[in-house]
Amino acid sequence: MTKLIYFAWVRERIGKAEEDIALPASVVTVTDLLDHLKTLGEEYETALQFPDVIRVALDQEHVEHDEPIGDAREIGIFPPMTGG
Amino acid sequence: MSPTPTIRVQREDFDLQAEVDLLSKGKPGIGAVVTFSGLCRDEGGTLDALELEHYPGMAEAEMTRIAEMAIKRFELNGLTAIHRYGRIAAGDNIVLVIAAAPHRQAAFDGANFVMDFLKTSAPFWKKEHGKDGVAREWVEAKGHDDAARDKWK
Repeated sequence: MTKLIYFAWVRERIGKAEEDIALPASVVTVTDLLDHLKTLGEEYETALQFPDVIRVALDQEHVEHDEPIGDAREIGIFPPMTGG
Repeated sequence: MSPTPTIRVQREDFDLQAEVDLLSKGKPGIGAVVTFSGLCRDEGGTLDALELEHYPGMAEAEMTRIAEMAIKRFELNGLTAIHRYGRIAAGDNIVLVIAAAPHRQAAFDGANFVMDFLKTSAPFWKKEHGKDGVAREWVEAKGHDDAARDKWK
């Protein structure tokens, strides 16, 4: 199982803050993960419809979408950051 | 050995002078201290507060990564970065960065560098609350913040 954590409007649109899911073997990269999530329901499709603005962190480190997920245990998915 | 940065993510307010004193105490090699405070603007009287969401754990980790880069690059004597979360009313503090160095240019650059990276890569998100009490929208990331960060490449 992999822990997914959502923030800001990604969290609001998906309708939950986090969940544990079993990733199919076909999910290799971050792009594969986002494509897979979009098949889980309309709320995921709405949240992730513009992948260019989705940021992803593997075990709390930023990665690009072509990065392999490897054995990451926690995956954060969120919009561009607006702190400071 | 490089100094260890002081990094905090907290709900409560901070005391700028107390943090400066803490950073510079016992370090007579410091010749310059630059502080930056970010406050919640009222957007011309229309904004009541900001709700600051963060990614616990990663926020501290990312701020530490940024601070360590700044310490190394500008040879700082010390660096403090404090970011608040939760509901922050217009006029209240959001973020504090303090950079200390032997000379002013490194201190100015260090504080500037940390803020530019913090805005674009520390996992915080702002949601606006309007004067009428209703939640407004999530603040959108700005292209000029990316440009400000990229000038350090």
